[in-house]
Amino acid sequence: MFHIYCPYCCEYREEEEFHVAGQAHIARPLDPDACTDKEWGEFMYFRANPRGIHHELWVHGAGCRKYFNVTRDTQTYEIKEVYKVGEKPSVVADQAK
Amino acid sequence: MSDVKVEAVELAPVDKLVTKQLPAAEIVGESPLHHADLISVAEHGPQEGGVHFHERKLMGLLTLRCLPSAEQQEVIKALLGVALPMQPLTSVTADDSPIGKVSVRWVSPDEWLIIVAGEQAFELETRFFEQLTGHYSLVNISGGTTIFDVSGRHVVDMLKKSTPVDLHGSEFPVGKVVSTVFAKSGAMICRVAEDQFELVVRRSFADYLWLWIQDASREYGLVVHH
Repeated sequence: MFHIYCPYCCEYREEEEFHVAGQAHIARPLDPDACTDKEWGEFMYFRANPRGIHHELWVHGAGCRKYFNVTRDTQTYEIKEVYKVGEKPSVVADQAK
Repeated sequence: MSDVKVEAVELAPVDKLVTKQLPAAEIVGESPLHHADLISVAEHGPQEGGVHFHERKLMGLLTLRCLPSAEQQEVIKALLGVALPMQPLTSVTADDSPIGKVSVRWVSPDEWLIIVAGEQAFELETRFFEQLTGHYSLVNISGGTTIFDVSGRHVVDMLKKSTPVDLHGSEFPVGKVVSTVFAKSGAMICRVAEDQFELVVRRSFADYLWLWIQDASREYGLVVHH
């Protein structure tokens, strides 16, 4: 079980109250009409599946019902950081590797 | 692939239609636990036990959603008699507000639950739409919810079986309010006194939770009040 810090309720709650809502920071194309099928398809359906640091969107479904971001290590399951929607993560994967 | 593009339309301000949800005087309101006949249970059931249960039925519950400006906060304070609790997981209660006893709970950064007596909900709603301007939403959810008052020296033991929230006094002081999972359903739990909690539950889950609370309280003895 995860013990997740909700940045809106400002306290830790059990994982049972939360749901994961997929990869975070997916920018919607500003002009969908100008997208090629490939670009639109990648936006719609293709998601990163990294081994290591991953930024995810979670929702505190049973609590305040707000979405927020979680940086999680997919190898160890360790939650590195929790931050609100619109904020930038401070823990990011090492691109050089 | 294409999106429908909607042109911005200038909408003329319309008066909000407030519906009086209370039935006529000759119609008897029935709570979600009407079928459980809590009057008989209270009369013939045990009079002593570790958990006390009471359904505070047919209360007026209003959901307020907004990101209140300082000005709006002033108007809301005048309407409710208390300021909106802006700190997460807090609640305020007042006995002598303009609309009688009122309790306001923080639900999320832009959402509050206002609890008043059942007959006051329509009045309060009307006053809100008359006096509060700007961007906000107020919805009467009285019909979709009911309130369980649970208390007694074993009330925390009973709640521990039902919810993962830490109920220790250091983590859950009097006045704190949380929305959480409760017995595979959900509830908004507020600690009103050291051994007294108030659960706001969904109408459709009321019977299930009543059965659950009876089961969870069996080892401590359940006293039903009417």
